[in-house]
Amino acid sequence: MFPTPVAKSSPLVRIGYQILLPLALIVWLFPLIGVAVTSVRPSGDLAAGNYFGIPSGFAGVENYTAVFRDSPIGWYILNSFKVTIPTVIGAVALSCLTGFALAVYKFKSNLIVFFMFVAGNFIPFQILMVPVRDLTLKVGLYDTTMGLVLFHVAFQTGFCTLFMRNFIKALPFALIESARVEGVSEWNIFRHIVLPLMRPAIAALSVLIFTFVWNDYFWATVLVQGQHAMPVTAGLYSLNGQWVAAWHLVSAGSIIAALPPVAMFFLMQKHFIAGLTLGATKG
Amino acid sequence: MEAGLSPCPASFFTITGNGPMRVAAAAPAGFWKRNQRHMAPWLFLAPGMLFFLVYVMMPIVESIWISFYDWDGLSPKVWIGLGNYAELLDDDSFYTSLKNNILWLVLYLLAVPAGLAVALFLNQTVTGIRLYKSLFFFPFVISQVVVGLIFTWFYAPNFGLLSNLIQTLTGSNVAILADERYVTYGIIAAGLWPQIAYCMILYLTGLNNINPEQIEAARMDGARGWSMLWNIVIPQLGPATFIAIVVTVIGALRSFDLVSIMTDGGPYGSSRVLSFFMYEQALSEYGYRMGYGAAIAVVLFAIMMVFITFFIIRMLRQERNA
Repeated sequence: MFPTPVAKSSPLVRIGYQILLPLALIVWLFPLIGVAVTSVRPSGDLAAGNYFGIPSGFAGVENYTAVFRDSPIGWYILNSFKVTIPTVIGAVALSCLTGFALAVYKFKSNLIVFFMFVAGNFIPFQILMVPVRDLTLKVGLYDTTMGLVLFHVAFQTGFCTLFMRNFIKALPFALIESARVEGVSEWNIFRHIVLPLMRPAIAALSVLIFTFVWNDYFWATVLVQGQHAMPVTAGLYSLNGQWVAAWHLVSAGSIIAALPPVAMFFLMQKHFIAGLTLGATKG
Repeated sequence: MEAGLSPCPASFFTITGNGPMRVAAAAPAGFWKRNQRHMAPWLFLAPGMLFFLVYVMMPIVESIWISFYDWDGLSPKVWIGLGNYAELLDDDSFYTSLKNNILWLVLYLLAVPAGLAVALFLNQTVTGIRLYKSLFFFPFVISQVVVGLIFTWFYAPNFGLLSNLIQTLTGSNVAILADERYVTYGIIAAGLWPQIAYCMILYLTGLNNINPEQIEAARMDGARGWSMLWNIVIPQLGPATFIAIVVTVIGALRSFDLVSIMTDGGPYGSSRVLSFFMYEQALSEYGYRMGYGAAIAVVLFAIMMVFITFFIIRMLRQERNA
């Protein structure tokens, strides 16, 4: 193990490390802690210039109620779910199929198709912006959550295909070969042999895509205009314009908007990290 | 592992001991049965590829095509050839954006060594370390909109924590996001926060998979500290470093959210980057210049293609060696 475990070092190093660890964490998360504290600060504190001192009282309930009561943030959150959940289902479903095709079959253009998906992943969004907005307008889905879903499904399929293909390639191929000899159809091989083994990959991708799409801001501003379809990222930005200097409300809103992906991360941590670090170990 | 149609391992015959009869029965079936193996991959690919072609591949071609037109998105397009590109070369905002993009790219790469440093710091086995690792990773999970708002407030003049600190240290008040000299650095610093967390998690996984015997052997030979890190550990972290560089370069060139949230490109357009400049030209309240915007997007795309090609070549080589 590198660096040398502190357990093997002198007591001085060991104690030093134990003290340094929480301190480093506080420094690292300082901006976040500040926002969390501000979100429960009474508005009077801000008016009196008490931005960073001890809050004069706990106003968490008032602030968070005010955010939900006076702004459409509840609606924005609902929109975010309406975009995120169908996208996760769509992109994961499509990429189970594409990943299977690219991992199991040997055909001439296999690598070309695979690298098309990989390269598509890396391109700047702006090269897609004008045509995608145009297309969405033409099919009548501009300013709807469905318009966002269709684009996100298509774009995320690139990353998901990369992931699924590599995952299936690492499965024992003899399983598929023997099923073929048994005369099992290709679809049933996929459905009954490979798909059940893909559960960990499906879980990992689901949490990752959930987070990516939930946090999307660019497409939310390009494909949506009105409040009725606006996801929480774009919504929070427009609220920030209305709540000038009302930092306790901005902070509470930020915390609310950040909560679903954070909860997802903590609940599914193992899968999340497995997904994110794909390829970081072998190569 | 070589998948595809590799020769079957010996064990495979034992698994399918009772198979041959049924294969014989299935053989003379119809067209579908005979060609299943050739048709199947394309049928599996069809839905995903259709989506990807319509929403990703075709729009790239379309954008390149639009960049040769003068177009406001509504009235008929007017062919102007390379007119948009010629205009770009004379546009100061374009050079500001390009310069900022380079700045982003260079400074953002600091996330890679910084992420390694944090990972080395956290690669211990004391109680509660798992929770520490998760909490250090936290900034990456939060939306960039929230990160942008947090840092705007952190930088706010008069009451912001950082400006207070600067005032105490230097005696002068600096409004980072309102000062052309510092604004881009301020935004990049905000961007580094989640990016370091991302690189850290990549390296933590990489460190976890290092061959412990090699480390012990090197330790026996007297390697420690820097020489151990440089000669033994970092070479084994190659795959993690590659991915960290890929995601950081792509992240730097894609930077849009933070610029939009923290400054809206200001003051006086000094914190613009190409992605933001494009958006502003194509969809701003000053009018829709889709053709000009597309030309900016094409330039950004061309810059990114240099890196993408490099990444793909490396991945392709790995694929061939696998």
